[in-house]
Amino acid sequence: MKASNTLWKETLSGKLPEDLAREIDIYETDLGLKKQGKIDERLMAETRLRRGVYGQRYDNGQRHDGKKVQEFTYPSGRLTKGPNTLWDAPGMQRIKIPAGGLNAGQLETLAELAEEYSDGIAHITTRQDVQLHYVHIDDTPTLMRRLAAAKITTREACGNTVRNVTACPFAGICRDEVFDVTPYARALSRFLLGHPDCQSFGRKFKPSFSGCAQHACGLANMHDLGLVGVTRTENGKEVRGFATYVGGGLGTVPYQAKLFHPFLSPQELLPIAQAIARVFARLGEKKNRNRARIKFLIHDLGTEKFKELVWEERRTLPYDPRWTEYLQTANELKEEPLRPPGETPSTDSEAFERWHATNVRPQRQEGYSTVTVALPLGDITADQLRALADIVRGFTRETIRTTVEQNFVIRWVSNRDLIDVHEALNAAGLGEPGAGTIVDIVTCPGTDTCKLGISSSRGLAAELHNRLAETSFNMDAAVQSLHIKISGCFNSCGQHHVADLGFYGVSRKMAGYAVPHFQVVLGGEWENNAGSYGLPVMAVPSKNIPQVVTRLAERYVANRKNGETFKDFVKRTGKVEIQGLLEDLTRLSADDKDRSHFSDWGDPREYSLGDLGVGECAGEVVSAIEFDLAAAEREVFEAQVDLEKGNFQRAARTAYLAMVHAAKALVKLELQDVPDDPDRVIGEFTARFYDTQKFFDSFAGGKFAQYLFAAHASSNQPATPDSARYLIDEAQLFIDASHACYNRMGSVSAA
Amino acid sequence: MEIQHVNVKLFVSDAEDVDLGAVIPVFHTWIQDQGDGELLLDVADYRHVHSGPGVVLIGHQGNYSLDNTGGRLGVRYNRKTVLEGTNQDRLVQATKAALAACRRLESEPRLEGKIQFNGHEIEVVVNDRLLAPNKPETRQAADLEFHTFFTALFGDAQYVLSYPQDVRSLFSIRAKTAQTFDTQALLNNLNSTVASTRGR
Repeated sequence: MKASNTLWKETLSGKLPEDLAREIDIYETDLGLKKQGKIDERLMAETRLRRGVYGQRYDNGQRHDGKKVQEFTYPSGRLTKGPNTLWDAPGMQRIKIPAGGLNAGQLETLAELAEEYSDGIAHITTRQDVQLHYVHIDDTPTLMRRLAAAKITTREACGNTVRNVTACPFAGICRDEVFDVTPYARALSRFLLGHPDCQSFGRKFKPSFSGCAQHACGLANMHDLGLVGVTRTENGKEVRGFATYVGGGLGTVPYQAKLFHPFLSPQELLPIAQAIARVFARLGEKKNRNRARIKFLIHDLGTEKFKELVWEERRTLPYDPRWTEYLQTANELKEEPLRPPGETPSTDSEAFERWHATNVRPQRQEGYSTVTVALPLGDITADQLRALADIVRGFTRETIRTTVEQNFVIRWVSNRDLIDVHEALNAAGLGEPGAGTIVDIVTCPGTDTCKLGISSSRGLAAELHNRLAETSFNMDAAVQSLHIKISGCFNSCGQHHVADLGFYGVSRKMAGYAVPHFQVVLGGEWENNAGSYGLPVMAVPSKNIPQVVTRLAERYVANRKNGETFKDFVKRTGKVEIQGLLEDLTRLSADDKDRSHFSDWGDPREYSLGDLGVGECAGEVVSAIEFDLAAAEREVFEAQVDLEKGNFQRAARTAYLAMVHAAKALVKLELQDVPDDPDRVIGEFTARFYDTQKFFDSFAGGKFAQYLFAAHASSNQPATPDSARYLIDEAQLFIDASHACYNRMGSVSAA
Repeated sequence: MEIQHVNVKLFVSDAEDVDLGAVIPVFHTWIQDQGDGELLLDVADYRHVHSGPGVVLIGHQGNYSLDNTGGRLGVRYNRKTVLEGTNQDRLVQATKAALAACRRLESEPRLEGKIQFNGHEIEVVVNDRLLAPNKPETRQAADLEFHTFFTALFGDAQYVLSYPQDVRSLFSIRAKTAQTFDTQALLNNLNSTVASTRGR
C-alpha cells in the first residue's frame, strides 16, 4: 500500500533485534503465500492475529449505508486474509505495551505510524495496549519493523495467546503499594512471549499485576492470572510474594478469580505461570470457543483440582534458568527523577486547581507527583504524542505509562514543575481535568470499528462526556467519583461489569424498527482490584441513557445514607425501585415525528443490524413475540430480585424458565401452538433455530443457545449463589440474542 | 525524488462558525452515492480530540476530512494508495480531489454555506517520511517540483511558501497567496495545465 514499504525493509535491515526481525520476515512471507493461495484461511487469520493484526467492522466487504447494504469492490477483489475478511478492507493493528511502559522515542514512533498508516489517531485500550485503526494489511510488516526498531512488538497482541501483561501504572511510586511489581511484570511478559508452552491455547490468556489489594489499578480479580503483591516476615526478614488468583474474566458472563495461592514466591512466579499455561493448553476446551477461557476449565474442574494439576505439572517441569535470573537485577531497575523534588508553587489559577485536584497524585517519594493525562475516549493525535514526548523528556527521565482507564500517567514530576507541566499539557490540548471521575468514561471501540459492536459505545461516551463535563464541578463529590464504563456489546471490552454505572449494547425492536439500546448494569466495583460485578437492570434506548445517568445520580445524592458507596446504595435501594425510577425511559418518545431513537449517537444512518423492513403480516406476529420476549425479561428481573434476597434456588429456577420462555417465543414465529413442556420447547427450538442456524449470530454463532441447553440439562440440580448468578447473566444474554434473532427474522419476513 | 501519498489541505474561513458534526451526515451521503473512481467506506468521528483529524471520510484510495490538525480547520485529502505517473501528476490529483471535495461541501445545502475555502492558503504534505524526510535537503530536492506545481495552480499570482519548524513533522509546504481564488478557479487552472500538457 505504501510506496516506501520495500525501502523501509532495506533501511532497517540489520538494525532490528534478530528475533523480532525474523518473526516479521516470516509473517511477511506468509502474507505472500496467502496471496498465492498457499495458506489456509483459518491459519492465515490466526497467523495475523498472533501479530496483533485484527479485522475491523465491514471487512466482509458489506456495509449498511442507512438505505441499503453496499457491496464494496476492492482492487484485490475477493482475495481474503481470513474467513470472510477481504484483503483490502481496513483493519486494526494492536500494539503490546507490557505494563504500559513507554519512553519518549517510542511515543514519537507511535505518532509517526499513526500518521503514515492510520488516520492520525492512536487509541489506548483498557489493557494498556495501543491500537491503530484503518490500517492496510500490506503495510503491517513495515509498521512492525518500525516498531521493532523502537523495541516494541506486536507479537501475541491478539489470537489465542498470552496477551499484554498489564500492571498498576503507579507501581513503584504509589503510597499504598506493598512493593513495585514492575520488574516481575516485565519478566513474566518476556518469559511467556512466544513460549512454546503458550502456543496451543483454545483461547486467550490475560495476566495482570497489582501492588496492593485495595485499589483498582491492576484489576487482578478479572484476569486469567491476577498477581497481587504481598509480603510476610520469614526469620525476622520481610520477604515478597504474590497473592495469586486464577480464572477471573469479564466477557459475556463475568467470573471472579479464585485464589490459587496466598503467597507465591518470586522464585515460583514464572514456573507456576508456565505450569498453569501447560495445564490450560492440555485440558482447556479447544472446539467450543465459548467455553475455552481458563475460567471455564477452573469452574468445571473445581479450584482445588485445578491447583492440584498445576502443582503436579510444576513438579515435572524441566528447570529453566530464566525463572530466577531476572531476580538478580529486578531491584536495580529503579526509575529516577530528572529534576529535584520541591513544593507546588502557589497560584490563583482555578483551572490549575481543578486539574490538580483530579489529575495529580502525590508519590510516596516526597516532592514528586504523578500526573494523569486524561484522553477523551482513549484517543490521542500524532501531534499530541510528540508534545507528550517533549514533556516527558523535559520534566522526567521519560517515565510514562498507559493505564487501563485509557489514559497516560507521567511519573516523577517534581511538584515545583506542576504548573509548567500543566501549561505544556494545556498547549497540546491534554490538560483536561477530571481523571478518574465520572467524566473520565471508559469505552470500547463499539460500532465505530469493531465487528461485534451492537450499539455506539463511543458515541454514547462522547455525548455523556460533553454533558457531564459542563456540570461535573458543581456535582456532589460522591457523584463526581462514580465510574462509567461502556461496551458496545456483551463482550465487556469496555469493562461495564466493574463500573458503578455500566452499559453494554443490545438491540430491541420498537414500532417495527430496530432501535439501539444499552443494558444498564449497576453496582459493579472498580476498587479492590475489580472487587465485584454489577448486574443488568434493564435495557433502555440509547438516546435515553443520558437521562438514566442523571436520574440515578440525583437519586443517589438525595437518598445516600452515611456516605455509602454507589454499590451499597444500589443494593439497598433494590432493583424493583430502580426499575420503577427508569421505567418510562424504556419507551420511545411520544412524538411520532421524532426519529432520533432510530439512529445511534454520532451516526445519522437509520440503525440496523442488517436489512430491516416492516410488513403487515410480520407486524401481526410481532406483538405476540415481543410480548413473550418482554415477559422473559421480566422473569430475569424477578430472578435478580430473588438473588438479591438470597433466594438463589428460586432465582436459578426463574432464570432458567425465562430462557425457556424466550425460546418458546421464537418457536412461535413458526409454530403457533407451541406446547408448554420445556422438553418440547427445547426440542422445537433446537430443530427450528439451532440446527438450522437461524439463531446463530455471525460472530457468536450458537453460543447463547448453548446457555439454554446447559441450563436445561442441569435444571433439576441444586443451585449455588455463584451458579444462580451465572445463570441469570446467561439468561439475559440468551434473551438479548433472541431479540436479535427476532430482528433478523423480521427482516427476512419483510424481504 | 519520488513524491507519493500527497495530502492537500485547503484552509477554510470563519472556522469558528463551522459545526464539525454537521458534516457527518454529508459524508454518509457521499458513501451512499460513491464517487467516481474512489471507494468510500466509513466515517470516523474525532471531534472529541483537540486539534485532531476532525471528521474523516475513510476511503480505500484516499481519505477526505474536515481536519483540525494544528488548530487550523480545513478540507483535507489524504492519498493512501500509490499513484502511477509523475510527481506533478500526483500533486495535481490530490489537489483536485481536495478542491472538488471542498467545492462539494461549499455548495452542500445542509451546511448552509458555512464551509468556504479562505481563498489563499493551501498546505501540501507528503505522508511518507522515508520518501520525504522533513529536512532542508528534501526542500532543496523538491523545490523545483513545488514551484512548477504552484505556478500551475496559482498562475501569475504571487505566493509565499513556509515550512513546519518541528523536524519530526511530516514534510509539508504551506503556500499563501496575496490574491484570493475560489475553488472552481483553482480547479480550472489545474485542468487547463493538464490540458495544455496533454496537448504538447
